[in-house]
Amino acid sequence: MSAVQTSVRRATGHALFWPTTALVVLLVACSVASPGFLDVSVRDGALVGQPVDLLRNSVTPLLLALGMCLVIATGGIDLSVGAVMAISLAVSLTYLDGAADASDPATVVTAVVLGLVLGLAVGAFNGMLVTLLGVQPFIATMILMVAGRGIAMLITEGQITTVTSPPFKALGAGSLLGLPQAVVIGAVVFVVVALVVRRTALGMLLESIGVNRESARLSGVRARSTTWTVYVLAGVLAALAGIVYGAPTMAADANNIGLFFELNAIVVVVLGGTKLDGGRFYLSGLVVGALLLTTIERAVIIFQLPSTTTNLFKAAVLIAICIAASPRARSWVQRRRSTRPEPAPSSAPAKDPSAKELTA
Amino acid sequence: MFHAKRRTFLSIVASTGLALSLAACGGGGDTAQAGSGGDGGDGAIRVGYSQLGAESGWRTANTESVQQNLTADNGFDLTFVDAQQKQENQIKALRDFVAQDVDVIAFSPVVETGWDDVLQEIKDAGIPVVLVDRTVDTTVEDPYVTHIGSDFKAEGTKAGDWVEENAPDAKIFELQGTLGSGAQVDREEGFDGVVGSQVIGKASGNFTRAEGRTATEAALQAYPDMTMIFTHNDDMGLGAVEAIEAAGKKPGTDIQIVSVDAVRDGLQALVDKKFNYVVECNPAFGDQLAELIKKVHDGEDVPKETVVEETAFDQTITQAEVDARPY
Repeated sequence: MSAVQTSVRRATGHALFWPTTALVVLLVACSVASPGFLDVSVRDGALVGQPVDLLRNSVTPLLLALGMCLVIATGGIDLSVGAVMAISLAVSLTYLDGAADASDPATVVTAVVLGLVLGLAVGAFNGMLVTLLGVQPFIATMILMVAGRGIAMLITEGQITTVTSPPFKALGAGSLLGLPQAVVIGAVVFVVVALVVRRTALGMLLESIGVNRESARLSGVRARSTTWTVYVLAGVLAALAGIVYGAPTMAADANNIGLFFELNAIVVVVLGGTKLDGGRFYLSGLVVGALLLTTIERAVIIFQLPSTTTNLFKAAVLIAICIAASPRARSWVQRRRSTRPEPAPSSAPAKDPSAKELTA
Repeated sequence: MFHAKRRTFLSIVASTGLALSLAACGGGGDTAQAGSGGDGGDGAIRVGYSQLGAESGWRTANTESVQQNLTADNGFDLTFVDAQQKQENQIKALRDFVAQDVDVIAFSPVVETGWDDVLQEIKDAGIPVVLVDRTVDTTVEDPYVTHIGSDFKAEGTKAGDWVEENAPDAKIFELQGTLGSGAQVDREEGFDGVVGSQVIGKASGNFTRAEGRTATEAALQAYPDMTMIFTHNDDMGLGAVEAIEAAGKKPGTDIQIVSVDAVRDGLQALVDKKFNYVVECNPAFGDQLAELIKKVHDGEDVPKETVVEETAFDQTITQAEVDARPY
């Protein structure tokens, strides 16, 4: 086999090949449909343009997926993240609403901290149900997925709380070093979490728990506290996502903020190459997944598709990617590519020679 | 919400006693007779009201208006139940109303279908029904006496008329509400009926600010010659303002915004010259509803459809008017 064929096989076998290809194709198609789509310019010292918007809008799904991915690595799931977004934003904005000076930086910091602490509390609650009481993660986190919006409604008293606070608004709409603040926040959090997970043993411990909790525990992994930690982290990240998502419009809409976002987060995790049954996980894939999801949503409008077909379009793209990236399809493509018959290479990403490069 | 629930609970307890004494009243009987049994106590009209939930600021304002007008002072004994956007809660509340044999049942249905059984039960009990805001799709004949609500299509038409008169050359991008909702379908139909030829693109923002913002960001790129946005509610319009400002343009000038709702934030945008025209979708029709329920109870003829009185605002609105807005 020639070197070219080998590298093609490696590329197509890579878990991120199809999501990345889809992303590039969509971006190119958008710039063909609407010339100037990829242009980035500088206005008032900040970068502006559609690619910048895409980055900014990807931060929310990325933060959610980051927490979700770690939870999934332990073999769990967190369905409450969308509701947590609504609660944290409700807490932060309600505090700002009642504050004497909503524009005071110290007040804003307190508001953000309150929102994050709430996420921490929710995460701790989820983690307690899962680890101490042994409730199935799906059920344990579904409790707050359903009840969480009710809590948010209580906080906002059923109203859409709106506040004016330029520093808080800047978290989602302002810019820092020319980049949207939200993007800076997302990037910093992602890098910190990735470093902590991958440069310490934490990532390995998570995977060992996901593969087999009992054997991990018997090997001396503190499975309970480690699992609890990731639920707490997922809660905090969801709270942060809620604040970043809601900051530009400064409206705590308990019914709608983060609605169905838990599903978006799961889609991003899956697009990123992580399997839902726990074990191996890929953090770098989350960036591609989040960008792809955001781009699909935007492409619908750029392509000027009738709005009744938008869901169909999204579904078609996602299904196509999932099918193309499925183990069967990949091994089939690879077999066709090889010049002479040979046993189909194993399709499991864990055994893929390129899998090592995936780990962030 | 707690407050409302508490009151509901108390009034159910209170009225259960009444219902027992009126149990004989359960038979047939037409609209005009139905109320007669209820006049037993203090003469107040006993109304069972099932609100669909509190999904928006509009709904909360609507709830407040209903509760402020159907008071004991005005001659009503109101049992108010919040269905929290669940049909099963609402059906249960309606059955409770039948068991209590209230004089008039009023409700805003969560969804259009699935009411056949319970509406038949209400009809058999001879209790007149007033539908509020939304309507039902049922096989029951003559399921309700009257419907009071906004005419979404007229709202769209009103917005279209303004555009036709004031901006006949505008190239319009339409921010749609949640697809399939009555407000989206009818406002679009009304608006497009007048100036549909000027609409160059449409996308849904699901009635929320955040999605109104992202949809507008994309639309600014996809439709560079757009000069106006028609949005199906104020919230999406406020999101659009964010996106337009972020793109370095001036909302209200470079890109005009025509909206429906007239919540306080929307009217504030009008004062700030960021919106150009806002058609009112009035939730505060508790007074109209009270009058209607009285007529129904007295057996007077009422029209099948009662349209809520609504107006529209342009940029001549004053800050004082905005501040006086209750919602």
